[in-house]
Formats: sequence, C-alpha cells, structure tokens
Amino acid sequence: MAYFAQQAVNAISLGFLYALIGLGYTMVYGVLTMINFAHGDLFMLGAFVCLLLVTFSPVALPFPVLLILVMVIIGGLGVLIERLAYRPLRQAPRVSAVITALGCGLVISNTTLSISPYSRAMPEVFDDRYFNVLGVGVSTLQVLIIGVSLALMIGLDALIHKSRFGMALRAVAYDAGTVPLMGISVNRIISLTFLIGTGLGGAAGMLYGMSFPVISASMGILVGWKAFIAAVIGGIGNIRGAVLGGFILGTVEIFSVATLPSTYRDLISYSLLLVILIFKPYGILGRAPNIKV
Amino acid sequence: MENTRRFCVRVAECRWILPLLFAAGLAFCVIAESGGLLNSYTRFALTTMAVNVILCASLNLVNGYLGEFSVGHAGFMALGAYASAMLTTRLFPQMPALFIPALLAGGLVAAGIGFLLALLSFKTRGDYLAIITLAFLMIVKSALENIPWVGGPRGIAGIPTLTTLPVAFVAAAATLWTIRNLIFSKFGRAVVAIREDEIAANAMGVRTREAKILAFSVSSFFGGVAGALLAHQITFINPGSFDIIKSTEILVMVYLGGIGSLAGSVLGAVIFTLLSEALREFGTWRMVILPLILVLLMLFRPRGIMGLKELPWFLPRRELATRRKKS
Repeated sequence: MAYFAQQAVNAISLGFLYALIGLGYTMVYGVLTMINFAHGDLFMLGAFVCLLLVTFSPVALPFPVLLILVMVIIGGLGVLIERLAYRPLRQAPRVSAVITALGCGLVISNTTLSISPYSRAMPEVFDDRYFNVLGVGVSTLQVLIIGVSLALMIGLDALIHKSRFGMALRAVAYDAGTVPLMGISVNRIISLTFLIGTGLGGAAGMLYGMSFPVISASMGILVGWKAFIAAVIGGIGNIRGAVLGGFILGTVEIFSVATLPSTYRDLISYSLLLVILIFKPYGILGRAPNIKV
Repeated sequence: MENTRRFCVRVAECRWILPLLFAAGLAFCVIAESGGLLNSYTRFALTTMAVNVILCASLNLVNGYLGEFSVGHAGFMALGAYASAMLTTRLFPQMPALFIPALLAGGLVAAGIGFLLALLSFKTRGDYLAIITLAFLMIVKSALENIPWVGGPRGIAGIPTLTTLPVAFVAAAATLWTIRNLIFSKFGRAVVAIREDEIAANAMGVRTREAKILAFSVSSFFGGVAGALLAHQITFINPGSFDIIKSTEILVMVYLGGIGSLAGSVLGAVIFTLLSEALREFGTWRMVILPLILVLLMLFRPRGIMGLKELPWFLPRRELATRRKKS
C-alpha cells in the first residue's frame, strides 16, 4: 500500500509537469489551430537557461527570481519565433506552418546539442529535503513542483476566464476573422499567448531539470513530446483537457515503469496516444471541428 | 531568344531522352561498379542518392500528391530494413540471389503495416494524421528497441553488402516508373482530387477512403524497399538510425524539390544528397542547417523548386497531348 501511495505521489508530480508543458501546446493550438512542435525544445531550453543563470550569476539567485527570469526569457523566445517564422505563414496552408514548427524545433535542439553534446548536471537551486508523510516519502521539490504548477494553472484559468485579455483570447480562438472588427489586435493577442504558453513551458523545463537533475538536448523530444501526447489525449485546444491528459499520462507512465521494464515506457505512452486517437480522434475533451463545404 | 525557347520545348517534349538517360545511367553504374571508375566514397554517395530518390518520390505520394502530412516515413524504412535484414542474415544467410525477394519482402512488410495504420487512422486528417504518423514512428522505434530477437537497441550488424550502385539505380528507376504510372491512372487522379477538395471529390463519386489507403500503402511499400536497400548498403542498422531526424531529411528533400512532382523528387533528392555530403564536415551543425533550410523554404517557396509542375519527360503521351491542346 505504501508502495502504491509512493507511486501515486510520483505520478501526481509528473502529471503536473506534463500538464504544465501541455498547456503551451494547447494554448497555441486553441488560438492558431497549429501544432507548435518547437514547444518541446523551448521546454528543454528552459532547463538550460536555468543552468546558465545559476552558473554565471554573481549572486545566488533565489528560486522565485530564477523562475520568473526563465519564464520571461523562454517566453520572449517563443514570441520571437512566432514573429519571425509563424506569422508570415498565417495565411499559408496549415501544413506549411506545422513543417516550419518542426524545423524550428530541430534547429533549437540541434544547436543545443552542438554546443553541449553531453548531458549536464543541474546544480541544486535550494536545499532539497525528504520528509515522511504517513509512510510515504515526499520531497520539498515535489511539493514545490505541485505548488508552483497549481499556482500557475489557477492563475492561467483566472486569466482566461476572468480578464479582458482572456476574453479576447477566447474570441480569437472562436473566430479570428471577426475579432479585428471589434478593435482588438489579433497579433497582440497571439504574441501574448505565445509569451504565456512558452513561458509556462520554460518554467516546466526548469522544474523538470531540478527534479531529474540531468539535462540534455534530447529532453525536448523525449519529454516535451510526451507532454504533447498528454495535450492530444485530453483534446488539444482545450486547456482543462491538457491538465487531464497530463495526469492520465503521468499515471500510466509511472505505473508502467513500476510494473514493466523501463524501456517499455515510450512504447506504452505512444501506443496509448495511437489507441485514443483511433477511437476518439479529437481527444477526450476535444470536439470535432465543423467542416464546411 | 525565341529559338532557344523553342529548342527547350523540343528537348523537353522529346520522348526518347528519358529512356536514353536511363540506359546511359545504367551502363555508367555497371561500369563504375565493376571497373573501378569511381572511388568507393563516390560510389557510396551515388548509391545514397538513388535510395534518396526512392524515399523522396514515395513520400511525395502522400505529402505532395495526397496533400497529407506524414512524418512517419522513417518508420516504414525501419520495417523494411529490419524485415529484409532478418531474411538475409538469419533465415537465408549466404544467399545473395535472394536479395531481390528480400527487398520486396521488406517493402511488403512496410506496406502491410502502412495499410493497417491507414485503415485505422484515415478518419482523421491534417494535424491529427501527422500526430498519428509521429506516434507510429516512435512506436516502431521503441518496439524494435524492446525485441531482443532483432538485436534490441544494438540493432543488426554484419548485413551483407548487396546494395550495389546498379541495383540502387534500377530500383530508383522502377520506383519512379511505378509512381508515375499510378499518378496518371484513375487512382492517381482520385488522389490529386482529394488533395484539392476531399468533400467535392467525394460528391463526384471518388472513393476517397480507398484512394487514400492505397496511396498510403504504396508510399510505405517504397519506403520499406528504400529501408531494405539502405540496410544492405551500410551493413548495420539500429533503431536509432530511423528516428525523427531521418524523417525530417526526407521531408527536406520533398519540400526542396517540390511537392506533387516526380522531377521535383529527383531534383530534391539529388540536391539534398550533394548538400548533405558537402556539410558532413560540420558534424552535428549539419542537423541545424538542414532544418533551417526547411524553415526558409516554407517561408519563401512553400511548394519547392518544381512545386506541382512536372517535366514533360515524366508525362504520359496522352497527358502531354491534352496539355498541349489546352495551351
């Protein structure tokens, strides 16, 4: 029972990470109906930026400052990519944008790989302690991951459902053609969406790097794309779906590793994706788009 | 000026140039292979070029003619490579005569899996189909890593070198010939109609589902054959060599040469191979430059060099006549 509870704690913290990365995929998809394949690599870059900041900063930066810096830098990069590579293609066939995103992702991951060919150890940002709750080992880090993710998600939910920006964002997702007629700049909304979405991805990269303290350039494909699966399982474009998908995937992964050889993990998560897409092609909470003649 | 233009048109519409080029190419390949005309590096590069032509033309069938977006072509290569390598190393070792059946077997395995995948997933289109092919690629790679019988993550080594330059050349020519005949058949017109407007094609009585599944299966068949050729060229395969990077390379070729064009496929494969060899000294930076080219292509010339245009050499006689009448 303690073993089961222990795995459940691990599953929850992994699920939160997947959900946090998946939010970036799903926000961009909701607004632009475009898969931002570069998001996973920006997530990876989040961990590297954190490493750089910790290594080269003259003073020891406290955790909240570090988190905000990483989010701003990665979010800014996301906005830059959108401006340079995706915006010129907004009227082009959708496939062009997807290919561009895939290309951008590979450029980022292979540049990182060329600069840092080996995996690197993440320095400890703060003193991590384990404590015992009813026979289950929980680390400060896990509590922090859950706390930070929860805070970011609640903040995002409030932003989308309660603020003027959120209303504009939902309007762009609903009908991007009419929104400019109401005096709202679509470009500004999209830039802000990228800032928030990739910023959350960067935060997730930093938290992931701290909890699995070895980071490498392949993380974007190995972990980032898992989060993408999570977003698709939940129904891409749907923010609550991304969180649900993150938890489903986190649970499936942790318990498959707990019962089967760990090399089966990828096989199981991608097979889960395939099965869900075959039976529910638009994910659990997603709705099929209306195709008009 | 007018004379040059007329001369170009005459050359382009000349029916015997392509067969002549094929004969000359084949003769050149045979001499190069037996007579030591070229050093082994150049021969290797030319063989790679021929395999790339197969990969590019077959992916163009799905990504160019059908207008879908598949990133799983490397997965079909892996299936073909493993199936054929198992035949030539484990089941029938020391029997080079069985190479051609092994190639076809590799293609058929890939086509069979491609058929199943298409059957299950062609309810979805666009982005979701791209995700499915991505998942397929990952599943193939991690499944191969987990089957000890095919070498697990270490792969299969000691595959006999059977892909010679003439074999690869003939295979590339046969692929182009088959795909060209398919494209200008009733089936091919259905495929192009789906790309232009699936709902309209359906309304006109085109059996879109069948055409899509067939196009996908044919494409995976040739992907498998190319994988089999590659396995017997580099004599060593492991799951890691058929990853998303490999798929991206094929995508670069397709979108560089031009979607929906066989001449474009050949051009794309040739330019890509030359570029790729020229960039070899840059190490991993090569894989920065290639996707960057893809991004720039999408931004400035999204349909590639030949995009949706065909060289008259590849057009059937009847097609050429109708096009001339129109203009």
